[in-house]
Amino acid sequence: MKPAPFQYERPKTIEGVLAVLNQYGEDSKILAGGQSLIAMMNTRALQPRVVIDINRVPALDTLAVEDDTLVIGALVRHSEVAGSPIVREANPLIAEAYPHLAHRPIRNRGTLVGNLAHADPASEMPAVMVVGEAVMTLRNHDNLRTVHAEDFFLGPFETAARPDELLTEIRIPVAPQEQGWGFREFSPRKGDFALASVATVMSVVDGKIASVRLACAGIGPCACRLADAEGILAGATPGEEAFAAAAAAAVATIDPQEDFHADAAYRRDLVGTLMRRALADAHGRCAA
Amino acid sequence: MDKVKVAVTVNGTDYERDVEPRLLLSDFLRESLGLTGTHVGCEYGVCGTCTILLDGQSTRSCLCFAAQADGCEIETVESLGAIDNMHALQEAFWEKHGLQCGFCTPAMLMVAVELLRENPDPTREEIREAVSSNLCRCTGYQTIIESIELAAQRMRQQEAAE
Ligand SMILES: Cc1cc2nc3c(=O)[nH]c(=O)nc-3n(C[C@H](O)[C@H](O)[C@H](O)COP(=O)(O)OP(=O)(O)OC[C@H]3O[C@@H](n4cnc5c(N)ncnc54)[C@H](O)[C@@H]3O)c2cc1C
Ligand code: FES
Ligand code: FES
Repeated sequence: MKPAPFQYERPKTIEGVLAVLNQYGEDSKILAGGQSLIAMMNTRALQPRVVIDINRVPALDTLAVEDDTLVIGALVRHSEVAGSPIVREANPLIAEAYPHLAHRPIRNRGTLVGNLAHADPASEMPAVMVVGEAVMTLRNHDNLRTVHAEDFFLGPFETAARPDELLTEIRIPVAPQEQGWGFREFSPRKGDFALASVATVMSVVDGKIASVRLACAGIGPCACRLADAEGILAGATPGEEAFAAAAAAAVATIDPQEDFHADAAYRRDLVGTLMRRALADAHGRCAA
Repeated sequence: MDKVKVAVTVNGTDYERDVEPRLLLSDFLRESLGLTGTHVGCEYGVCGTCTILLDGQSTRSCLCFAAQADGCEIETVESLGAIDNMHALQEAFWEKHGLQCGFCTPAMLMVAVELLRENPDPTREEIREAVSSNLCRCTGYQTIIESIELAAQRMRQQEAAE
């Protein structure tokens, strides 16, 4: 199908974007890569009155490490993040997860920030951001505020961003050198959205797990942190036994949705298996 | 709604048109410019048959407004060759039965162009990865992979001979 008519705005500065957002608020939509927005406009699931194209705002294309923080601006495409040596060095978990996200043509145009703003419950990146302790920078015409990834994802396609706010960039602390990482997902076809995915980071000191973060996506309304499993792992000796106990705890707390792709029991099983594998990967990558 | 001016270069030719903002790049190519080599299937990004190169990058033309392409360079399947002077990829698809109905073919060719520009000697796995973004309901993909493998080999030989 074809999109409904709309007014097209193409500001050249962040201030210009914020002014249009201030004027139209809920009647407007930001157009970043368009890989979710235009698809929804084509099916007429969305019919915004005003489309604000941010693709000609050069100030939004930062990709850099500043003060031990990886900064990724709103216009940085998936392909650029996925292939960036800076990202691989600063946060190898992001690089690990990317091959699972969509296909090359989608990654060439879609943006990481747009993906997070869209908050698809099956998307890999929200879980990666929760584990990586990313901080979202939100701006409207007169204010700037920051929201932690854990508080940002509220439900399916629902975030803490208000209708007049632009997510200008995300900031992710550079991962400590000794930290290991793991990302596992299952999808029936390569590049499709996952039925379930698990992201984790871990560090080991003196043969014990000193810190661990775990999150999963694709099984509930939004990416969620697996705090019970983290509790079981903290201080434990890393290995198959601890990982299996943590997986069992996670499986007991999650409440997966059922749809025609998979029933709840199957998704629970997937999370347990993916989690054990992701934890083993992370353990194997911890610097001794 | 106000129209927007779009100036683009498609396969080396400059075009300028006034378009409605909601016009998709796929419809712009097919209907405004008459370049019907680019096909349209699902119109929500899944089938891949509308894939073209936008400033050298494979892009779903159904997930891009024509207005956004202003100032850009576009390559479509029409840039490759003609019936009496085929591109090495087109030759190979013909010989290896890389197509049956042909609906997916223009986009399969364009993702192959992108792949071979960056990587003239791809492994089968890399070819599989590249074509995995596009659906083909006829061939079962194996002959497409073989076609691209053969074309890559011939293009390397030609390059070496020059
Ligand atoms: C065939 C196909 C397969 C895919 N597979 C996957 C997959 O496996 N995993 C996955 O995670 N994703 C997948 N995607 C989605 C893809 O990752 C999108 O790129 C992403 O979801 C949206 O990013 P975008 O830049 O294209 O945003 P857009 O489509 O431009 O915008 C998406 C939404 O976010 C809002 N928005 C965008 N940027 C901002 C901003 N800076 N501030 C505030 N709001 C903003 C828009 O208004 C809109 O509501 C797939 C898409 C397709 C078409
Ligand atoms: S028509 Fe564009 S992906 Fe199907
Ligand atoms: S040849 Fe018919 S869809 Fe590919």
